[in-house]
Amino acid sequence: MSEAVTPLNGARVNGLATIADAGLTGMITLRGDLSSAEVKAAVQKATGLDVPAQRQALSGQGAAALWMSPDELLLICDYDGVAETIATLEEALRGQHFLAVNVSDARTYLHVSGTGAREILAKLCPVDLSPEAFTPGMFRRTRMAQVPAAFWLDEAGTFHLICFRSVADYAFNLLKTAALPGGEVGVYG
Amino acid sequence: MLILTCPCCGVTGEETEFHQGGEAHLTRHGPGASDDEFHTYMFAKENPKGVHFERWRHNNGCGKWFHAARDTMTLEVYGTYPAQTLEPPQEIRDAITAKRPGWTWREFA
Repeated sequence: MSEAVTPLNGARVNGLATIADAGLTGMITLRGDLSSAEVKAAVQKATGLDVPAQRQALSGQGAAALWMSPDELLLICDYDGVAETIATLEEALRGQHFLAVNVSDARTYLHVSGTGAREILAKLCPVDLSPEAFTPGMFRRTRMAQVPAAFWLDEAGTFHLICFRSVADYAFNLLKTAALPGGEVGVYG
Repeated sequence: MLILTCPCCGVTGEETEFHQGGEAHLTRHGPGASDDEFHTYMFAKENPKGVHFERWRHNNGCGKWFHAARDTMTLEVYGTYPAQTLEPPQEIRDAITAKRPGWTWREFA
């Protein structure tokens, strides 16, 4: 059995913000009718979290539920706990029209933290990232330079960013370049 | 630069987050259709200076398709509405009429 590694293999860089590989993380795509009681109960049972509202992220102990689209969630859990979580979902949703699939190795997951975090993301994404407009708990899928990406902000001010594994190097280098000292814009104070 | 609001996820984003998907409200003609019908469906597109209806996809966001009504001359977006409609809803038509009285587009006015 080969050893699982993340595409960035623990890469980390300090600049205007700290950009760090978040390490192996379990990710499950769950599609179904998000307004149904069955899906709500299944997500609660599998992650201990509610179904997030539109464009929101809910985080718990080692778990998160992210609103991806009107019929899709991304559930975050331990890398080793994915099979068990999917089994719980499948058990809870038996007979329903749904899909739960392991996408842990299809994505790369980064943490962007520090005072410059908002600014370096705002250099790359067409999103208003001012503290008034983008608040903790919000989730946003968008474009980061030339690739799709999604991120949410936690209470500690760290951005959690997800993009496809195949563009992990590109995404990391983008963020690294945007965070180069000397590139301060100071637009968010 | 167009600013579009996706009716599926509520994001108001700029044009590069979306992708244009051709003319809206087409009636498709396939196998069994006459040559004239297929020709009209395939090639006879609207190319107006002014009010236009298009399909768009939120490809760097929620991934869903929707409809948009916009002006090709001023780049104003009159509104967006769900893909699951066969004609523009009344509030979109009213918004266009307020700016461009007497507008027509295919069979809609």
